[in-house]
Amino acid sequence: MKYTNWLPISLVLGLVLVFTGSAFAQDILPSDDEVNAIAKGIYCPVCENTPLDVCPTQVCAQWRELIREQLAMGWSEAQIRQYFVDQYGDRVLASPPARGLNWLVYILPPLAILSGALILFRTLRTWKKPLPAVDPGVVETNLEKDEYVARLESELRRR
Amino acid sequence: MSDLTENGPLQPTEVESKKTGRRTGHLLAWGGLMILLAILALGLDRSQKGPVSEGQRAPNFSLTTFDGEEISLSSLRGKVVVLNFWASWCKPCEQEAADLEAAWRYYQPGGQVVFIGVDYIDTKPEALAYLEKFDITYPNGPDLRTQISQAYRITGVPETYFIDQNGLVNNKKIGPFTRFEDITRIIDAMLQP
Repeated sequence: MKYTNWLPISLVLGLVLVFTGSAFAQDILPSDDEVNAIAKGIYCPVCENTPLDVCPTQVCAQWRELIREQLAMGWSEAQIRQYFVDQYGDRVLASPPARGLNWLVYILPPLAILSGALILFRTLRTWKKPLPAVDPGVVETNLEKDEYVARLESELRRR
Repeated sequence: MSDLTENGPLQPTEVESKKTGRRTGHLLAWGGLMILLAILALGLDRSQKGPVSEGQRAPNFSLTTFDGEEISLSSLRGKVVVLNFWASWCKPCEQEAADLEAAWRYYQPGGQVVFIGVDYIDTKPEALAYLEKFDITYPNGPDLRTQISQAYRITGVPETYFIDQNGLVNNKKIGPFTRFEDITRIIDAMLQP
């Protein structure tokens, strides 16, 4: 085959390689869904109580792009999350890490529920419990021992 | 009042132990409530304090600049420190960026004034682009875990603190500077013997 015949073939091959190459490159970039799957678990450190996936500000868009880049570099979700914590603090997390005073957040609600349940249980038990049967003999003996009753009885007897 | 059960009156020892148990329970409940209230009060007090104000000691911090240099406030004792909080996404910060850089270049030869930029909640590429755009040459670094901004209890960006030679906050500006002279006026007053 002549050299001139190879030229168009190599051109076509070259073009095919270029286009498939760019297509592969596009495949490597994570999709918006993949980015948002992680972004929804990270909160915007500037606009409070807004997850990154729905945050409309420019800075949040920058952070979403950062997540995309980190995913493209092969970072795991835990690594990305840790990066954001290291950079911006615990406030980016949906729930505070269980350490220090943060433990109160995890301990107090169940403790309050348990205490409430205990109080409720004890109150209900008091309502249901039948009054103890009073032994008339015991009452009488007690009455006899009562100085005031004895005095009253003697006063009445005198009349 | 006598303590009675379904099985008859309780023995005095049983009554006493029941009373002790009840007392301990009450003490624990009240103690827990008091501790919780104290924590809440501390949190509220902190949130109501507002930014560090004039005359107060400037909280010490250490910052790793974008160039990898370590700077701590305590090592700058004897110099006037201009501490500026900014972010690349902050439009008002752009208003003062050129004036701050001009002021830094004005005082830099004297060696008595140090400017430090603290990049608040930002992404590194955008922060570096911002520094390049405004040709900022004084040391700048990220506020990792927002520790410095929390220590100064900033209310937003930009905010600038002027710390005197003894480490006390002499002046502060919430919002952007709009004139170069406004910056130099404060620093000149601090440099007066």
